[in-house]
Amino acid sequence: MRAKLERIFEMVRKEFRQVFRDPRLSRVIFVAPVIQLLAFGYAVSTDVRDVATFVVDYDGSRESRELIEAFTSSGYFRLAGASRRPADLVRAIDHSEAVLGLVIPAGFARDLRRGVTARVQLIFDGTNSNVATVAQGYAGRIVQSWTARRFPSLPPPAVDLRARAWFNPDLESRVYNVPAVMGAMLILVCLLLTALAVVREREIGTLEQLLVSPLTPGELILGKTIPFALIGLVDLVLIAAVALLWFHVPFKGSALLLLVASILYILSALGVGLFISTVSRTQQEAFMAVFLVFMPVMLLSGFMFPVSSMPAVFRWLTLINPMRHYLEIVRGIFLKGAGLAALWRQFLALFLMGVGILWLAADRFRRRAAAG
Amino acid sequence: MARKEVIQLRRDPRSLVLAFALPIFLLILFGYAISWDVRNIRTAILDEDRSAASRELVDALRASGYFSLGDFLVRSGDIEPLMERGGAHLVVVIPPGFSRDLGAGRTATLQAIVDGSDANTATIALGYSDAVVRTWSSQVALRGRSFVPLVSAESRVWFNEELASRNMIVPGLVAVIMMIIAAMLTSLTIAREWERGTMEQLAATPVSRVEVVLGKLLPYLGIGLIDVVATCCLGVVLFGVPFRGSAALLMFLSFFFMTGALGLGLFISAVAKSQVLATQLAMVATYLPTLLLSGFMFSIESMPSVLRAISYLIPARYFLVVTRGIFLKGVGLEVLWTQGLLMLAFAVSGLGLAVAKFRKELG
Repeated sequence: MRAKLERIFEMVRKEFRQVFRDPRLSRVIFVAPVIQLLAFGYAVSTDVRDVATFVVDYDGSRESRELIEAFTSSGYFRLAGASRRPADLVRAIDHSEAVLGLVIPAGFARDLRRGVTARVQLIFDGTNSNVATVAQGYAGRIVQSWTARRFPSLPPPAVDLRARAWFNPDLESRVYNVPAVMGAMLILVCLLLTALAVVREREIGTLEQLLVSPLTPGELILGKTIPFALIGLVDLVLIAAVALLWFHVPFKGSALLLLVASILYILSALGVGLFISTVSRTQQEAFMAVFLVFMPVMLLSGFMFPVSSMPAVFRWLTLINPMRHYLEIVRGIFLKGAGLAALWRQFLALFLMGVGILWLAADRFRRRAAAG
Repeated sequence: MARKEVIQLRRDPRSLVLAFALPIFLLILFGYAISWDVRNIRTAILDEDRSAASRELVDALRASGYFSLGDFLVRSGDIEPLMERGGAHLVVVIPPGFSRDLGAGRTATLQAIVDGSDANTATIALGYSDAVVRTWSSQVALRGRSFVPLVSAESRVWFNEELASRNMIVPGLVAVIMMIIAAMLTSLTIAREWERGTMEQLAATPVSRVEVVLGKLLPYLGIGLIDVVATCCLGVVLFGVPFRGSAALLMFLSFFFMTGALGLGLFISAVAKSQVLATQLAMVATYLPTLLLSGFMFSIESMPSVLRAISYLIPARYFLVVTRGIFLKGVGLEVLWTQGLLMLAFAVSGLGLAVAKFRKELG
């Protein structure tokens, strides 16, 4: 038993030495996640602000100017240009210089004073569907509240909807996305390192040497996976530190729970990495396989696209995606302070998947090793 | 030279499968599986009023099609555990006295609690519920007395009338796929030659550096352009994405973009010289920025100014304007000429970089 542990320990040491001998590789491991976190943290934003607005004001009255002012001072819209010719509006939208065209027809102020319904036209460039949907909602509310403010004598609305957002009162998309980057980076690093490390040994031919050494295949697998699991955990701490200190993402839950979830999650990543290494002959193939696994795992996890918007078939598919469960845990712990009572299903799923995948991969690896 | 590359490619069936299967795989994944269209928002109701009016409001929410009504809660204490485990995105609370206020002509309050952790879904869910409640409330107000809304905002959406995110993503995918093919495939296959030393052998033959670069480039250019056609056809046939502009113009500008991207891929392979590093570099230098900073999925306008400044350096940013312009807006060169010139500049500088680097490396 003691000899076994020593052998595994030696193997882990060798693996670490190999990783850190290549300075470029260690840069990939420790610098790349931070850079990607920064890029994702800033770029992956679905907040809609400063929508470029082109105004065509045929009325030119005090009222119409006030309405325009209500749009631009809201922070959601910014003035990109104004003109009295509709052709200019078409041009601005065609050239993607404006996303919204606000058209106030002549007689707007007159209708208002007479108590006839005054019309305003909003033309959206639907190319970016998300921006257009959100901007439509904002524009409707701005027009409504402007009318209510301008004419206090109006009968109050029958129903007043008071909205409150829990967990993220400012509705900032960053606090939702940054913790999720953790899930993406962890799986990428673990997958890539495990798959490439084994395949590299096979390419160079040193895998055969290891197989004839007194190491059993089980020890070999442990020796190959433990270092990358540790590296993954270091990355976890690194990314969490940047998320908390730089992006000021709130952390409301338990750090211990996060650690347990991460270990379970890393298990499945290592399992998939090991599996890839048994089916690829060259590093290039391994890399491509990692890429082909990583893309759907990331897209079908709820990382950038909500699971609830997917067609039913894909919604079911996400259930066998460890990243989906991990993201629910991470977001629950960071933003909601959720505990095991709320998250036990996800923990159970991660545990089953981690153990299952790793066991299958190890089994396959062992049989291939036995077959030579 | 190009023929040699083609033969080599054909001998490596996996790369070839990848070159043609990857775009289709990505298209199905991006075009079909993922979307931002917020429908079926999981909604729970806490009806403390239990009146005809409150039931009518719930029906209005259900009939709108945006909400899938799940739990009907009985105590306000149930809201928190439900939200914590993500059981509902939106909880609509109808307080006691709702129908009484309505009947007395007072403004009745209604509370919407939204799970803000997913800010985008939350914003859209609030927008929808606001609109539904507003319509319902004006219907209620209309009963009995005549009432005209003072200002009516008519919105119209151009180019993507049903506001489907598919229509935004598929045209962008053309650019992303080209970038992936160019950067990944070239940087891998050519880095392999550096690794094996066959590149030096090439240097010993009387082929000039420009010819080396062009020979390496042409087969991939062919693959990339075939991929563009395949992606466009599938996008239009399978997903019903409108194609309103000129296909010839799209091919013409794609040719420039692809040339530039391939040049960049060759340059990376010559810098890295090992497959592992080349792919890493290709990921960081081309794939990630194209995905994140080009406006493919996330609008550039809402990025901080530093990233906005960087995005000007990303060729895909301009190419996306081209593909979306041609697909959705049906505009031609009279609108896209700046982007066209930039594509040309990208092609020239990509090629130039590759040739310069090859000349230096191969002596």
